[in-house]
Formats: sequence, C-alpha cells, structure tokens
Amino acid sequence: MSSDYAIEAEGLEKSYGDVHALAGVDLRVRAGSVLGLLGPNGAGKTTAVRILTTLLPPDAGSARVAGLDVVADASALRSQIGLAGQYAAVDETLTGAENLEMVGRLYHLGKAKSRERARELLERFELDEAADRLARTYSGGMRRRLDLAAALVARPPVIFLDEPTTGLDPRSRAGLLETIEARVAAGTTVLLTTQTLDEADRLADTIAVIDHGKVIAEGTSDELKGRVGGERLEVTMADPDQMDRAIEALAPLADDRPVAEGGVVKLPMRHGGGGIAEAVRRLDGAGADIEDIAIRRPTLDDVFISLTGRAAEHEAAAGESEEGTRKVAA
Amino acid sequence: MSAFQYAASDTLVLAKRNLSRIPRAPDLLIAYTVQPVMFVLLFVYVFGGAIQLPPEFGDYTDFLMPGIVVQTMAFGGFVTAIGLSEDLKKGLIDRFRSLPIARSAVLAGRTLSDIALNLLSISIMVGVGVLVGLTFETSVLEVLAGVALLLLFGYAWSWFFALMGLTASSSESAQAMGFIVIFPLTFASSAFVPPESMPAGLQAFAEVNPFSTVTEAIRALWLGTPANTDIWMSVVWSVGLILVLAPLAAAKYRRAANR
Repeated sequence: MSSDYAIEAEGLEKSYGDVHALAGVDLRVRAGSVLGLLGPNGAGKTTAVRILTTLLPPDAGSARVAGLDVVADASALRSQIGLAGQYAAVDETLTGAENLEMVGRLYHLGKAKSRERARELLERFELDEAADRLARTYSGGMRRRLDLAAALVARPPVIFLDEPTTGLDPRSRAGLLETIEARVAAGTTVLLTTQTLDEADRLADTIAVIDHGKVIAEGTSDELKGRVGGERLEVTMADPDQMDRAIEALAPLADDRPVAEGGVVKLPMRHGGGGIAEAVRRLDGAGADIEDIAIRRPTLDDVFISLTGRAAEHEAAAGESEEGTRKVAA
Repeated sequence: MSAFQYAASDTLVLAKRNLSRIPRAPDLLIAYTVQPVMFVLLFVYVFGGAIQLPPEFGDYTDFLMPGIVVQTMAFGGFVTAIGLSEDLKKGLIDRFRSLPIARSAVLAGRTLSDIALNLLSISIMVGVGVLVGLTFETSVLEVLAGVALLLLFGYAWSWFFALMGLTASSSESAQAMGFIVIFPLTFASSAFVPPESMPAGLQAFAEVNPFSTVTEAIRALWLGTPANTDIWMSVVWSVGLILVLAPLAAAKYRRAANR
C-alpha cells in the first residue's frame, strides 16, 4: 500500500449479533489532510473509529494507520495515534494537569517531559488557570478541551476525533474547531466524525457520508452539496392570489420551475442569479406582496434525503435545519 | 526499558492515579476509615457480651479482631468494582486501551492500589482494636506474617470485585453484587461467632468456608491459637482464587472493552 495515505481501510466489517455495524467500509485519508466521517447516530461512525484506533478487531477487511496494521501492529500503532472520544474521557478526580501528566507517562514520555508537555498543552488550550483544579469542576467545554489535549500529548501524527463538539455551547465549539484547525495546519492527519454538515464543511478536506455501515458518498463538501442541490428560496406570500405573479417574477432566477406549496413559493436558486436581493427587487417590480422570504441552505437532512430517500432521523438534523434557514425581513 | 519494566511502570502510574482519588472522594475515605472502626466498636460492645466463646479465647475482642479484619479485606476491593465500572462508563478504559500501555496494566493497577488501601484499613482497625483491648500473643514476625496473609486474601477478592465491576451494569449494582456474595460467606464462618453455636448444616459449611480458614490462620498468627493447616490452606485458597478470578476478569475486560 502507498504511504501517501495516513489512513487506509478496505472492506471493514463488524457485526454485533444480527446488527451489521459496518458492512464493508473503504476509507482513504491522505497524510496531513482531514476526513470528515458524516452520518446519523448508529451509522457506524464510532465502530469505524474504534477499529482504526485498535480498540476493536474487525470481523473482516483490513486497515493501516500511519503505515501500521490495526490488528497485527496494534501495540506499535498506539504510540502513533491520539483519540478523543464521544464522552470526554477525563478522570474527574484528577486535576487537569494530573490528567495530562498521566497520559504522558502512559505514552512513556518520562516524568519531566510529561509534566512539561502537560503545562504546554494546558496553556495552549486556555486551561492554565484551571490546571490545578479537579476536572470535575470543569465545564463541558473545558472537559472537551482537556480530552482533546490528552489526545495530543504525544504529538501523534494521526488523531481521531469522535464527535468532538457534541454537547458544546457555540462558543466552546468555535474554540475547539480553531484548535483542530491549528493541528491540521501543523501537519497532523485527522479523522473526525460528526453529525453536522457545517462542521465537516469547515474542517474536512474530504467528507465520507456513512449510513447503515456503508460509505454512501464521498467527496469534497462542494461535491456533496452539488448532489443535494444548492440553495433554495422560500417566499411566503401576503396574498395567496398573487402566487402566480410571484412565480413568473422568480422563474428567471431558478434552476427549475418554482412551485407553490401552501401559500409558499419554493424554488432552487440558480448560481450567480443575484441571490435574495435580486429576488426581492423582482417581486417588488411585479407588485407581489411578500410576508417573509428566506434562503434555505442544504443540511445533513437534505444530504440524506437526496442520498437515501429518507430523513436522517436524529435530533441534530432538526437543529441543523433551523440554523440553516436564514430569514430576511421583508 | 524492557517490556516488563514498561508494564510495571504503567501499572504504578495507574495505581497512583487510583490512590490519588481517595482523599478527594470523602465518601470513599469514610468507607476505608470510619466504617471498619464502627464495625469493631459495634461488634465488641453490642455482641461481645452475648457470645459464648471457646475456652482458649480470653475475651471477645481477641476473638473478633482477626475475623473482622478478614471481612474488611474481602470488602476492600469494592473500590476496584466502582472504579472499573465508572472508567468503562466514562470512556476512560477506551482512552487507556488506545495508549501504548501493557494490556494488564489497568487491572493490575486497580488491584495493586487496593493493597495499599487494605493496608490502611488494617492499620486503623488494629489501632482501634488495641485501644479496646486486643493483645497480640505472638512475635512481631508472626503478626507481620498475618498482615501479609490478610493482604494476599484481600488481593484475591480484589479480582472478584474487578470481575463484578466489569460485569455489572452500574457501579452501584457491582458493589451490591459483591456484597451479596461476601456478606453471607463472612457471617457463615468462624469470623464473628464460634461455628459450634450454629445449626448442623450451617456449621458444616462454616468449617469448610475459606473465611473460617483465613480467620483461624490470623488467630494463630496473632493470638497463638493452634494453627493446624489453616495458614497453608489460607495461602492455597488465596492463590487459588487469584488463579481462577484473575483470568476471568482479564477475559471480561477484553470483552467489555471490545464493544
């Protein structure tokens, strides 16, 4: 296998009884790049991460990380990887500094080196003031940062982040994403699982969409969005009788014929058509009174509906579609 | 460093981590300090006067202390059950398993730190015992041999609690499962009352119960009562329990983590 790839997996399978958590997963991540593994709960994301981090042997298939086989070279591989799991795995009865020192010792960095590295990371993750407080006094965001710091203690060339921002408030989330970006800029290869498209969008060079234990789509975020269709415009009319007039006015901006659904005109926006401003101008010119006008961007739900013909069925998607709709007062 | 030195160092790092939580978790500290003292005082002063002793024992305190320390040793491993159960639930076991450490280090670190805690319990109980009238009738060497035997027996039960911690669905039920097994075993033994006062069937059980064997061995080493085969049988029981329970716990650890 080529060493251009920091992570290579072929035909990974894993079943728990009758449940096929992974049904033949292939993945390739170039050294120094970020792969976003996107999918709903139960899609197999965590199982894939557990296999790639040597926690779980696959039933079939093989994988190499940093050039080492995840089964045959498991113990050598463990010194090359860092893992931050779904549940911030910090010891609550140790201080932040003690947590990182312990991890350093277990990476066999030695006592002095472990202490030095712990201080360095606490500072970088803005935990230096809380360094000597017990982790049980930390907020959710601080725990996540400590967990991520633990994954970076030994400066591993490959890190795995399993839904690193789940349960974080927006500010902590932004801080964590910045930190990950800094690691990537320094040359680390990252595999990140997420349920939210914009997170994958922001961090990942390539995105693999996983569902029912299979990779159902792979590509850059633009490629995936292309499959889903771009932005959609939704116009709520003040007077339903003006619906036809609005459809005529907006037709030149649409990739497809606008449709009317329950007093709302919906259309896929043509790229470079002038956007929402042009739409408002045209509606004004046509004398169509609008109550509300909004741009809807593709969400994880849209990706799923487009790829699988069904909704992603999870809470994050519901929250996501609200965020994705930007309302403009008319 | 060799693989063995790494394994030893990993185990010590993890044992230190387990111990450092004790003074920070006041409820656990109470379990290790106040609770044994409470048991000693309750038994000595509540039951002490009511129990008919064999003639070789001067008073109930002497009779009780070896038994109650043996019981405390068996329960000492509950911290391992709680700790492993919580580590599994909170994802710390995953973190440890993703690190380049010896496979054995997590369980070995747990059971090793139990030894230190059990030594603390023995010191406190013996201290209180002496205050309420315990007198050693043997040499310092024999007393220390008794302490070593107690720690060995406690170590065997740590593996039992490790198994419980990895089997039960929560730390509370792990603890409860452990107590359901150990409580009847300790009471249906010669630890608190002479088996002669029990109904025939129970008496027969008490005589083959390893808790009786270890209690009699400690009485021999501390009070100078006849040892018979009790000391060697205590070692055999302890080593036997470790040989059965440690591989079971290790197998359970691999499976529990492989989910």
